[in-house]
Amino acid sequence: MTTTPITAIPGNLAVQLRRSQRRKKTFAISLTLPLLVFLLAFFIVPIGALLMRAIENPEVASTLSRTVAVLKAWDRTSAPPDTAYAAVIADLADISEQSDAGGLARRLNSEIAGGRSLVMSTYRALPFEANLSSAQVKARMLALDPRWEELGYWQAIAKNGSRWTPDYLLTAVDLKRDVQGNIVPVDAESAAFFNILIRTFSISAIVTLAALLLGYPLAYWLSTLSARQANILMILVLVPFWTSVLVRSAAWIVLLQNNGLVNRALLELGLISAPLPLLFNRLGVIIAMVHILLPFMILPLYSVMKSVPPTYLRAAVSLGSSPLAAFFRVYMPQTYPGMGAGGLLVFILSIGYYVTPALLGGADDQMLSYYVAQYTNVTVNWGMACALGAVLLSATLVLYALYRRIVKSELSLG
Amino acid sequence: MKLTPLVAACAACVAFASHAETQLTVVNFGGANGNAQKVAYFGPFEKATGNKVVGVEYNGEQAKIKAMVEAKKVTWDVVEVESPDVARGCDEGLFEKLDYSKIGNKADFQPAAIHECGIGTFVWSTVMAYNGDKLKTAPTTWADFWDVKKFPGKRAMRKGARYNIEFALMADGVPVADVYKVLKTKEGADRAFKKLTELKPNIQWWEAGAQPPQFLVAGDVVMTTAYNGRIDAAQREGKNLKITWTGGIYDLDYWVMPKGTPNKDVALKFIAMASDTDAQAEYAKNIAYGPTNKKALAKLDAKVLGGLPTAPANAKTALQFNVGFWADQGETLEKRFTAWAAQ
Repeated sequence: MTTTPITAIPGNLAVQLRRSQRRKKTFAISLTLPLLVFLLAFFIVPIGALLMRAIENPEVASTLSRTVAVLKAWDRTSAPPDTAYAAVIADLADISEQSDAGGLARRLNSEIAGGRSLVMSTYRALPFEANLSSAQVKARMLALDPRWEELGYWQAIAKNGSRWTPDYLLTAVDLKRDVQGNIVPVDAESAAFFNILIRTFSISAIVTLAALLLGYPLAYWLSTLSARQANILMILVLVPFWTSVLVRSAAWIVLLQNNGLVNRALLELGLISAPLPLLFNRLGVIIAMVHILLPFMILPLYSVMKSVPPTYLRAAVSLGSSPLAAFFRVYMPQTYPGMGAGGLLVFILSIGYYVTPALLGGADDQMLSYYVAQYTNVTVNWGMACALGAVLLSATLVLYALYRRIVKSELSLG
Repeated sequence: MKLTPLVAACAACVAFASHAETQLTVVNFGGANGNAQKVAYFGPFEKATGNKVVGVEYNGEQAKIKAMVEAKKVTWDVVEVESPDVARGCDEGLFEKLDYSKIGNKADFQPAAIHECGIGTFVWSTVMAYNGDKLKTAPTTWADFWDVKKFPGKRAMRKGARYNIEFALMADGVPVADVYKVLKTKEGADRAFKKLTELKPNIQWWEAGAQPPQFLVAGDVVMTTAYNGRIDAAQREGKNLKITWTGGIYDLDYWVMPKGTPNKDVALKFIAMASDTDAQAEYAKNIAYGPTNKKALAKLDAKVLGGLPTAPANAKTALQFNVGFWADQGETLEKRFTAWAAQ
């Protein structure tokens, strides 16, 4: 009797409900769509391109295809066959754009020093006479540049025959592929990047710790003041925050140099007899970085501390706790989210620091981004720059995952 | 409306003006050298041709030119580049080839200035410098630079391998003529880095060319390597800084045109003007960098000539920077320097 409408109506309702929910969801998504597109275009795609560049290796494969094919059968330890010489000349003669030859020269040169001049001098000497036999071509090449006899150049060509390479990434962690393709550590004299990575993280950790130790008492004090006073003091935190990093780094040079303000004051007070080396070393870098990054620690701490009711502390004391114990056992745990957020913010910002160490540090105080800049701008080896960037990115992600594991909470910025 | 004819006239003026003059973007390294170029080249070129020159500073990043050329959106018309970048950029097709018939007679220039993609515009030198007020006995050789007993105190050097390993070999007793021959071998490079290690605890590194004179004036270091033009600029400001020319490394900077510049003709005209005798002589009067146009030397008095890296007395014991060597070995040696610094 009434069963049909009863079942029909809820079914209908459910459909309607689902439809209206779907509509709401579509609406919500369409509101966030601009942001998603923005993120995709300006964040995901560039990072993807960066990771691609770190493993891309098109120079040899696209220009020396015949040579690579001939060298496939080569054992990489004996002299290469005459046909390989002929193939190199045939390949080089087919390169119509000089920029492709230049790209090949650059790639081989970053693999083995001297590759640039070898490729370019041979490329400029082309074309050879027609109808030379392979042996004749080889003789011509050796007459042109005897370095064609050295195995290193041939090994570099054979090794880079494929379009993709792990070499940049391996170099970024001080490893390399040997002649036969096994992964081995690089020679001690060119092992640099692992040290630099450790240096980058240790400087960042010290800066974060120092910023926490300095920022915590200040943020606490600010949070206990009246709004008016706190606002005035907050301006003192914010004005340097709004000043350019470059200006602040330069200001530290003035303060810390041998006859700068700090050293002269200490000398006149008779505390030291010779100026302290405060600049162009690790100490100078850390002092300036702590100063520059301090607001990023103070602001999250302050906002978390503002939300902690002072009554808890009073309750603990009134229940018989000593003020110090009450502070450490009742108050401080409530500010952990602020410490976590501030610490993470400062740490991640300092990992990418470039200008301050470049201006205030010595040759062994440079962080990873300095070398990313060097490979991008000076050496113009973008594969290597991208690989270093990728290493920095993944190390940061690993650290963030660890942080999440330990703190077991979402990152809160207050 | 009363205004209409005025507006129309203005519009016509603007249209005419924009048609007549090109805005040429000339990129250099700024500083004292940039100012000298403004006086000697930019101003006279604007006056003579009616085109407008916009000066842009950069730090020698070839990556920027490469990015522009690859994206086919070239906004720089003339760029001053260092010698290794001329060769490298030319190989990789980043620069326009120069039409020398529109510039001048090749024979008027120093041989090193002539390159298919660029023309040398001045000779500069990386030299030893010290503060005459603070150091009573002058250091005369690179061995003195290394001698911390005779000259106690810090020395400033450029952060990187370039120039420093040449200086190290000269300090170790390698004659100027043999420096690159020795450096080409594995043992030679080892020797240079070993010599550099000796001085390492006493080195304060500089990053930008403006820093060495500052260090000297502030008394942070007793000696430094420096670009001679920067020391010259400090001398003009009345500072008693001195140069030791022995074993200095001289090199040329070049004008190039990035491939695909929309103002190629005007750019070439600018390069031609900046290479002529009068302009180069005027330039050398404003900064102690040597003209590449040999005829310009005749227009300079003895006092100006004496401060140039090309003066016979200064060039006698100098080393010419070996572009080919650094184009091949630069990446490897710079990486080795990085590893060395971390040890």
